[in-house]
Amino acid sequence: MTHQDILIAGVGGQGILSIAGIIGTAAIERGLHVKQCEVHGMAQRGGAVVSHLRLSEKPIASDLIGRGRADLLLAMEPMEGLRHLPWLKHDGGVLVANRVPVRNLKTYPATEALIAHIDRLQKRRLLDAEALARKAGTVRAVNSVLLGAASAFLMIPAEVIRDAVAQFFDYKGATIVEQNLMAFDLGRAAAEENSKAS
Amino acid sequence: MSAQTGKIRLWLGDEAVAQAAIDAGISGVYAYPGTPSTEITEYIQKSAEARALGVRSAWSCNEKTAMEEALGMSFAGKRAMACMKHVGLNVAADPFMNAAITGAHGGLVVVVADDPSMHSSQNEQDSRYYGVFAQVPFFEPADQQEAYDQTREAFDFSERWGVPVMLRLTTRLAHSRANVKRRVEQPRAQNPIRFHDDPRRFVLLPAIARRNYNELLKKLPEFQAAAEASPYNTVEEGSDRSLGIVACGLAVNYLREAYGDEACPHPVLKISQYPAPRKALARMLERCESVLVLEDGYPLVEDLMKGVNARPGAVRGRLDGTLPRAGELDPDIVAQALGHAAPHTHEVPADVVPRPPSLCAGCPHANTYDFLRDAMADHPGGRVFSDIGCYTLGALPPYEAINSCVDMGASVTMAKGAAEAGVHPSVAVIGDSTFMHSGLTGLLDIVEDKTPMTLIIADNLTTGMTGGQPVAAAGRLEDIVKGLGVAPEHVHVLVPLPGNHKANTEILRKELDYRGPSVIISRRQCVVAARAGKSGIG
Ligand SMILES: Cc1ncc(C[n+]2csc(CCOP(=O)(O)OP(=O)(O)O)c2C)c(N)n1
Ligand code: SF4
Repeated sequence: MTHQDILIAGVGGQGILSIAGIIGTAAIERGLHVKQCEVHGMAQRGGAVVSHLRLSEKPIASDLIGRGRADLLLAMEPMEGLRHLPWLKHDGGVLVANRVPVRNLKTYPATEALIAHIDRLQKRRLLDAEALARKAGTVRAVNSVLLGAASAFLMIPAEVIRDAVAQFFDYKGATIVEQNLMAFDLGRAAAEENSKAS
Repeated sequence: MSAQTGKIRLWLGDEAVAQAAIDAGISGVYAYPGTPSTEITEYIQKSAEARALGVRSAWSCNEKTAMEEALGMSFAGKRAMACMKHVGLNVAADPFMNAAITGAHGGLVVVVADDPSMHSSQNEQDSRYYGVFAQVPFFEPADQQEAYDQTREAFDFSERWGVPVMLRLTTRLAHSRANVKRRVEQPRAQNPIRFHDDPRRFVLLPAIARRNYNELLKKLPEFQAAAEASPYNTVEEGSDRSLGIVACGLAVNYLREAYGDEACPHPVLKISQYPAPRKALARMLERCESVLVLEDGYPLVEDLMKGVNARPGAVRGRLDGTLPRAGELDPDIVAQALGHAAPHTHEVPADVVPRPPSLCAGCPHANTYDFLRDAMADHPGGRVFSDIGCYTLGALPPYEAINSCVDMGASVTMAKGAAEAGVHPSVAVIGDSTFMHSGLTGLLDIVEDKTPMTLIIADNLTTGMTGGQPVAAAGRLEDIVKGLGVAPEHVHVLVPLPGNHKANTEILRKELDYRGPSVIISRRQCVVAARAGKSGIG
């Protein structure tokens, strides 16, 4: 793989920027080119947010990923994953999604219907990132769980990403680092399990 | 793997500008927050290097005060930067236009971040028109590295020619990270205090202003020549001249994306330094059957190329429908304009619903809107004018409590005009930061006119919308309001909490019935700021 386009979708406040930051830092350290488009401002107040993350061995032109071009769509919750499906490569794109919804609006559709849409995709990993994060010691580690689940699909080796997780949370102390590493490992294992099932 | 590590950093466009300004030897940055420009000043505020060098960086009350403060620093011979979002330049337009006439002394760079597609704004105005309007040179970087390089170049240019220089960013560049190389190890030394040889240079009395203006006009051909020769305005040859492409700033990346690893077969003129290089544009028109103009914002270059008598079809872009007239460009729109087939894509299932932003759980504004709604329930003829900030979300369900949001401060003055038209009750709802930005003078008008209306200041002790910057005069609003002349018995400080709902509603009801100016300060700290441990006072 010489380049990879990743879309990370979720709701403002879910920690999308930490995921992008961890992958981005690991990529820079491996000498890759990176472009990472973020959402700041209004939408961060609980609205739909998305980050475009592009990695490549060669210089990258656009900050945005074109529709139908993302190799990987990482969804922090199911509806935001589905909202950004048009960006996912029609053939060969992988969706890694947390199945636990963020219901901060009255009109939120039935979760089962959303999951059924996801189940129709050929390449997908669906997991209860919240339960796994809790198992790791903190629900706040949902993003590390998802990052672990996605790590098998990244152009950067999973071990390198794992080290970047430790580095990223270092300033918060040893306990938080341990929790996030465990969350990462649980996510990774769950995705592997998941691949056998589907 | 070609990129070198070590000196490479993953910077937002905003951060690249900030570091470049530090490296260019600024003595101060002046700004009021506004998406997508906020992170420039925040970077400098957090930079240990800037602090060690004594670069001043605290927030100003609004963009006009920021611009004038920067001009004062330039007057003293030092380098200064003013940063704002596009609509901020409307507020600062007076000093901006006149700074073009006084000229700069120490390097003066005005960074303006536009928001095409209105991700976090009331409009998508294109600041390049302000550059043209003021007749100053300006840059439009195409990527984060150019944002760094052109910021440094802008300071040199400003000082060399004694003119303020503008740098135009857009949301996608401001808020996207990429590998950026810092070109120097150490920031350039700051300028010492050094006054202009002409003591009347900045005195814009008509006779002096006329002389200064003529001097500016004499420099215009030099600015033009610099743009024609600029290394940032480049031509790439292409053999297929059925089409030529002019790409401004960021748009060139979407063009490159459309061709992937292949070279674009058409001649390409990339523009990042203005005034627009007219000779290069004319050459494109001469050499190509038609020219497609890709620019984020309004069709400035396209309109220039079209002139009044372009052959139909000779210039294509936003004006002839080849590209959408509104909204930002993206790789898909540009690929489509080039006639490339769109890839097969998944569809969004029909049950996916929009997820607009909303007030955080526990937000004090929610309680303010609750008592406002109850107090207004008896007044179907009343209206609520509001303003810009988190509290604007009170326009959406479940609150649907406000009837306007136009520009910073307009709640106060629009409520006044409506009250004078006979609307009663006429209520204004404004945030604390917005009130300090542009509400004070409007309130003075109200006091002078004894207008029958109620002003509610939704005081969350922070600038919530843009990420929790401190607010000037935090905790002292009641003194200021009384100082402006509002009768003390009609100034109330309330705490918006569910337990106070009944009492708060009662107080507001009484003031709605009072036929004179009244002010309610509804004060409780933003929960996000509280969590982050920000005092909001500073
Ligand atoms: C002229 C101008 N400058 C800046 C902005 C960006 N902006 C929008 S709201 C806001 C601050 C709002 O703060 P406050 O009034 O305290 O309300 P809060 O968000 O805290 O509820 C800013 C800086 C703008 N829209 N217009
Ligand atoms: S950031 Fe603060 S002011 Fe804005 S919605 Fe959240 S709690 Fe309310």
